[in-house]
Amino acid sequence: MVNIIWGLFIIIGIIGTIISGKIDTISEITLNSTKEALDMVIKIFPVMALWLGIMNIGIKSGLLKKIACKISPILHFLFPDLDKKDETFGFIASNIVANFFGLGSAATPFGIKAMESMQKKNENKEVATRSMITFLVMNTSGLTAIPTTIIALRMFHGSTNPTEIVLACFLATTISTICALIIDRLFAKRSEKK
Amino acid sequence: MIDLISKIAIPAIIFFVVFYGFIKKTDVYDNFVEGSKESFKMIYNLFPTLLAMLLAINFLLASNILELISNFITKFVNIPSAVVPLAFLRPISGSSALAILNSIYLNYGPDSYIGKLASVIQGSTETTLYVLSLYFSVIGVKKIKYALKVGLMADLIGFICSIIIVKLFFG
Repeated sequence: MVNIIWGLFIIIGIIGTIISGKIDTISEITLNSTKEALDMVIKIFPVMALWLGIMNIGIKSGLLKKIACKISPILHFLFPDLDKKDETFGFIASNIVANFFGLGSAATPFGIKAMESMQKKNENKEVATRSMITFLVMNTSGLTAIPTTIIALRMFHGSTNPTEIVLACFLATTISTICALIIDRLFAKRSEKK
Repeated sequence: MIDLISKIAIPAIIFFVVFYGFIKKTDVYDNFVEGSKESFKMIYNLFPTLLAMLLAINFLLASNILELISNFITKFVNIPSAVVPLAFLRPISGSSALAILNSIYLNYGPDSYIGKLASVIQGSTETTLYVLSLYFSVIGVKKIKYALKVGLMADLIGFICSIIIVKLFFG
């Protein structure tokens, strides 16, 4: 799937630039993309190092297991494939909480830990499990209470009430997350039948 | 209130985690360093993925094909044409979606109807392609099954919800 999309993007992209007569920009775009990738890595790296360190304190002190055990039955309902005392729930909970408060950069390392922890119990390492997909669907529907970037950008452009959109955002993202989880469950059921 | 939460969240989390580790008599410093080392492994897996995705996305953006598609859509569906490119790019590229949001604020103002609509669309969707390729490539999963389909559907639902809710709230 990813192979096809990636290939198509590159092929369509280059053909499209030829048709629109901008082929001379391609080499510049290629160089800039590599720089952009390195810039992102440089930005993410220190934040990741920090949060993985903090996270490890939480793992070793048993805090994460405690959160995982205490967390509401909602997560058990959403991830029926995972063992109820699984440490993964601690990572998933941390990821959701970080996303919820608009701390996107902190959410990513928690999310990766959650995925690694699910991968450990995965029988076929190359194929995604049902729980992994459910977790990523939650992440891609962007559930957040405080869209920090948008508020900051609205402030920057002189909005009279930058946080005016927060409630509308929250409603929209909650509805779309719930819908996405329902669709995910339907797909999971269908793929189990096969 | 919101400002306060986002200001104290990070120090509060760090304080609480270290404090808990401390009273449980674990080696807080050693554990921090040990956990921090894992970031090298993650970045090692992350960089090639990011590079590949950015390259493909930037090629696609340069080709104008997305503009063609969004022009085509606004002919049939009655939504402000300024937000269509945003809805299209949001799942594919976070940085270009942000650039479009920025230009909408510049052209229409953040407090205009279109400005509010764009804010809510941006806030209720995610960079699906980036999230999926990042998480799956770090752990080495190649077959992602129905993940992309559901992720994109979530974005579409988020987009439709945003239009309806903004109409109800501010319309």
